[in-house]
Amino acid sequence: MKVLGKPRRRVDGRAKVTGQTRFADDIVLPRMLHMKLLRSSHPHALIESIDLEKAKAYPGVHLVLTGKDFPVTFGILPVSQDEYPLAPEHVRYVGDPLAAVVAKDEQTAAEALDLIEVRYKPLATISSPEEALSNPEPRIHAYSELGNIHRLQAFEFGDAEEALAKSDHVFEDLFFYEGNTHLPIEQHAAVAAMDGEGKLTLWSSTQVPHYVHRSLARVLQLPASHVRVIATPNGGGFGGKCDVCNHEMVVAKAAVLLGRPVKVCLNREEVFYMHRGRHPVLMKYRTGVTQDGKLTGMHLQTLVDGGGYGSYGVASTFYTGALQTVTYEMPRYKFEAARVFTNKPPCGPKRGHGTPQPRFGQEVQLDKIAEKLGMDPADLRLKNILKANALTANWLKIGSIGLAECIRQVVERSDWKRRFRKMPSGKGLGLACGSYLCGAGLPIYWNKMPQSGVQLLVDRSGQVTAFCGATEIGQGSDDVLAAIIAEVLGIDPFDIRCVTGDTGMTPVDLGSYSSRVTVMMGNAAIQAADKIRQLVAEAAGEQLGVSPERLSFANGKVFFENHSLTFAEAAGFAEEKFGTLGAVGSYRPPRSPGRYKGAGVGPSPAYSYTACVVEAEVDPATGWITVPKVWIAHDIGRTINPVLARGQVEGSVYMGLSEALMEEQVFRRLPPKLSGALVHKIPSLLEYKSLTSLDMPEVDTVLVEDPDPNCPFGAKEAGQGPLLPVMPAVANAIYDAVGVRIDELPITPDKVLRALERKGKGEQPRVGPDHFPSVPYPEPVVVPPPWEGGDGNAVRDSEKSKTKVGAA
Amino acid sequence: MQRHQHLSLTLNGEPAEVSFAPYKTLLEVLREDLGLTGTKHGCELGECGACAVLVDGEPKLSCLVLALECEGKAIDTVEGLADGAKLHPLQAAFADLGAAQCGYCTPGILMTAKALLEKEKAPSRERIKEAISGNLCRCTGYQQIFEAIEEAAKRLGAEAAQRMNNESPR
Repeated sequence: MKVLGKPRRRVDGRAKVTGQTRFADDIVLPRMLHMKLLRSSHPHALIESIDLEKAKAYPGVHLVLTGKDFPVTFGILPVSQDEYPLAPEHVRYVGDPLAAVVAKDEQTAAEALDLIEVRYKPLATISSPEEALSNPEPRIHAYSELGNIHRLQAFEFGDAEEALAKSDHVFEDLFFYEGNTHLPIEQHAAVAAMDGEGKLTLWSSTQVPHYVHRSLARVLQLPASHVRVIATPNGGGFGGKCDVCNHEMVVAKAAVLLGRPVKVCLNREEVFYMHRGRHPVLMKYRTGVTQDGKLTGMHLQTLVDGGGYGSYGVASTFYTGALQTVTYEMPRYKFEAARVFTNKPPCGPKRGHGTPQPRFGQEVQLDKIAEKLGMDPADLRLKNILKANALTANWLKIGSIGLAECIRQVVERSDWKRRFRKMPSGKGLGLACGSYLCGAGLPIYWNKMPQSGVQLLVDRSGQVTAFCGATEIGQGSDDVLAAIIAEVLGIDPFDIRCVTGDTGMTPVDLGSYSSRVTVMMGNAAIQAADKIRQLVAEAAGEQLGVSPERLSFANGKVFFENHSLTFAEAAGFAEEKFGTLGAVGSYRPPRSPGRYKGAGVGPSPAYSYTACVVEAEVDPATGWITVPKVWIAHDIGRTINPVLARGQVEGSVYMGLSEALMEEQVFRRLPPKLSGALVHKIPSLLEYKSLTSLDMPEVDTVLVEDPDPNCPFGAKEAGQGPLLPVMPAVANAIYDAVGVRIDELPITPDKVLRALERKGKGEQPRVGPDHFPSVPYPEPVVVPPPWEGGDGNAVRDSEKSKTKVGAA
Repeated sequence: MQRHQHLSLTLNGEPAEVSFAPYKTLLEVLREDLGLTGTKHGCELGECGACAVLVDGEPKLSCLVLALECEGKAIDTVEGLADGAKLHPLQAAFADLGAAQCGYCTPGILMTAKALLEKEKAPSRERIKEAISGNLCRCTGYQQIFEAIEEAAKRLGAEAAQRMNNESPR
């Protein structure tokens, strides 16, 4: 390897430190106007009337739009096309957009918004999953499956009940994971303009330009060939820019109608209300285990608070159960889930998408199991780790697993064996593991086309331009693209120009979500670069009198022993021999063996693995929690750029600690005279607490390399997986420190104090949910696991499981 | 009636003049009226630090400063940090060591760090943490930012030593 694995400045690094990276809000066009959205002040209401006259007459206003201007609905999933760009008659959360003003500047647009008079007819508000279950009316959405239950799912892979009955011990635990939000420092922004040919261009801080392109064409009823979406580099994504957004549709419509560029930039409060973040999830685990610590089966139930719209929610809900089988051997598994609608901002995908919540429960429960069985939690996990190339109970095909090495690394480096359960009171260590997808196996809408494409242009000057729809959100996708092509062609990554995230210029890539970019774009890039390499080798071999397969490509040269050409010379000979040089590569993940309805969520070309040890100190007088150090080891398959990989892992540790200790997206009711609206408790960066530089502990990061054959040079993901073990490791460390179980996130000092108080009184030293409501889960889809004679098909289908969904 | 205000200031070491709507913050005038979009906004309420610039050498949140207050002042932004085409050691270290991921908080942190290193040649890790505690970064987990600032301090120190050597009479 000449390029891969070596620490290196990222190819777009210089632009980022000179302020030259052009984010969406940095775009300024001649005659550009500005747009602001009017958002509902009611959590649930019908719109009786909207009076626009004063706003329209306000000096400097060019256009006012309402729901009447947008007859077509949209939504990221084909099964949840439940949003209008502007709500025409029914608003479902405080913040739901219902009108827009376009004016000469932002200030004028904001002033004109205040002149719009909306008459609402308030409806009863559903504020929690419990309320959604007990109040089928008023319906938040007519299309929901049952009352205000958006979706119900149930699967049984082998007779889990029988497995539990035969187990030496059955552990039953309830956990709750509060919702939280992405908080990218860049607020969403978009600029729309008509070009000289009368076609629409939208620049947007989106992670998914391809899906925005499809939706824009449909919603604005324009030919897709007349719509171009350019994803500007995102100032942080974390899943918050994965949805197709109202403001993108509306600003585009305004530009089409006015024939002038229009910009919209959400303010921080709007970003909190737009949300699409972590779903609050209540979980019930029943897990069987033998006396010597082998897992025998699991029954998991989840209740997912979806907020006001579908978003990715159907997929998120599947993910609350789909990956419980990919870490440890699980002979039998039953999973039941429900997502409800509530009158709060819609939840969606945040880093880890649906899996951090059940991962928290599973890993804390394993800690409890280890204690009860008198085992070391690290040994318990090592004993149960899945084997490489396994097929799981729910028919997921696993590739490489470097988890055992990850556990050994963090155990050794944290001096775990000597310190765990032996530290002075108030100090403790906690361990947890995690696994994540390297790209969702299926696209969001059903199709058999490539999920990523790369096109290369090479000329006699030796310059290489790479075109790919992948989207740079800070994770370094441009750097991965350049590095992989550079490795194959033996050139410097800085000699490659990357043109990315532009639906008018680049082959389709589905976007930066589900940790898919390195694997899918990387495989497509290898295919394209290999084709160029073959052409160049053939021409160069002819010139050098060497057979092409003996040629090496490295350090900007094509050579065999002391016969060599520069890459540019060789490319020139290839252009002479073959004509203009270009090549394409594409990638589609292998077909997953699962054949049952619902098998579409969970499959991935590969899975990444992580182990983490957290050290915690708890002040028993105040409940204050300090984390002095975190050890983390991540099985990345192969490292492309260790500087960036480490950044992904440590950024995950940061976000995980922040979710574990303080972040929460919570709501409060205004008094009746203010309509009783359910409003965000803390829609500001100051009050929505997140870790600062002062709170961040030392992090010891190890990259474990267990290459996966499905991945480019073996490289797996690093952006989401390392987040997963952090939250449960914090909870487990707090238990080791002061002997209390906080079975819900975030773990705040008041909860620790409450648990310590209970402990002092001789009560159960625990804070967490104590009740799981009755949920009308359907009869499960029954699928025998591979070792019970199954073939991946269901032997009994549920009435409820009729829709094919893609994954995210 | 003249609606716009007029202002003369020193911008990245050069004299500059600008006219703007009087209600605008320094952040808005920099981005919208002077075309310097390198300085970012994340909250407009002084919470995130993305808009930090130097006003007479002191780090200030430009979203909380009225442009009207800046008559005659020296404003430094990320655009003026490099020495021509040569990156400032802070910029080079940030790019080399992964301190900029999405790059959105980066200009604010660079300017805050510059002010720190001008006051303290070799700040401790604790001092660095304190100095940038008002700059939120959601990507990096801060470790690589701390390391980049430490590395830049070393590079600046080495450059200063080099200059001393060159200037010494022997």
